Amino acid sequence: MMNDPLDKEQSELYRARQRSRNKVLGAVLISLAVLFFAISIVKIAAQAGGTH
Amino acid sequence: MDSVRTLTLPAEWRDFFALTKPRVMTLVIFTGLCGLLAAPGSIHPVIAFTAILCIAVGAGGAAALNQWWEADIDAGMKRTAQRPLPAGRMERTSARDFGFALAGGSVMVMGLGVGWLAAAILAVSIFYYSWIYTVWLKPRTPQNIVIGGGAGAFPPMIGWVAVTGDVTLMPVLLFLIIFMWTPPHFWALALFVQTDYAKVGIPMMPVVAGERSTRRQILIYALLLLPLTLVPWWIGGTGAIYGWSALVLGLVFVALSFKVGLRQSAPDDAMKPEKRLFAYSILYLFVLFGMLVGDRLATVQGWQ
Repeated sequence: MMNDPLDKEQSELYRARQRSRNKVLGAVLISLAVLFFAISIVKIAAQAGGTH
Repeated sequence: MDSVRTLTLPAEWRDFFALTKPRVMTLVIFTGLCGLLAAPGSIHPVIAFTAILCIAVGAGGAAALNQWWEADIDAGMKRTAQRPLPAGRMERTSARDFGFALAGGSVMVMGLGVGWLAAAILAVSIFYYSWIYTVWLKPRTPQNIVIGGGAGAFPPMIGWVAVTGDVTLMPVLLFLIIFMWTPPHFWALALFVQTDYAKVGIPMMPVVAGERSTRRQILIYALLLLPLTLVPWWIGGTGAIYGWSALVLGLVFVALSFKVGLRQSAPDDAMKPEKRLFAYSILYLFVLFGMLVGDRLATVQGWQ
């Protein structure tokens, strides 16, 4: 019983939950990418500033 | 005949967030930030943000691992029965993997983005909380939160080290202050929720050594905490703004601890002095560390 294919309403709930999670995960990953980019800029600038 | 099916949905992102114990994380972020701001030297805002983020995420990972490990115990206590795992909203392996991912990720990013000493201390603090406290000490000894309190004492040290790159007496003092603060803070709570802990067999001081001993120890720690918070001032690590604030805040803490230390609870006691001490202990830490930052600001500005 537990492994019957889901009916339409249950599928919708499942997908909605997945979408919500995916959105949050997407936001987190993009934020991390931006952060790593910013850190790189700061560190490269510090290096460049140091050698002049 | 319709069959009733239970649908197991994937856990909500909100439950993953709840695993990180957001309210504890707020205090961790705050004390970490204070350590960072009060440290002598300069740090780029982006790097500072990264350091605080890593401290927060590291604490969140440790908290998630704690909830994973203690899911059964949490199910037996009123205060914690609605957490994601005891309430059945999430699979245990999800919590475990999430905890490890946050813990590992935060240490890596701290190391690469900020510095490896800060990353190492962060790693130690995560291990300290999730293993030494949660797995080893908590079920074994009523001194559990005394030693385990060390975990919450790391953030200001990590924040400080993120700026200076080394460990000196000042960050160690900040560590010791929180270390000494934790027992009266926690035991005040334990006094008014002791039945919850007793039910699940966790050795908390009021259950193991009795109320009177616990009350006495709360007072002793409060009396020791006061001079400890003044040492930064005495050694010249801070100015008078912090010094006087620590003195006043500490005296109130001692006064409230006297009230708790010298009374006995009656049957059906409302436990008001204990609740007041617990609430004050949170305010105390916020204001004390806030004053630490304010003091550094004043020094930098030349006001003292």
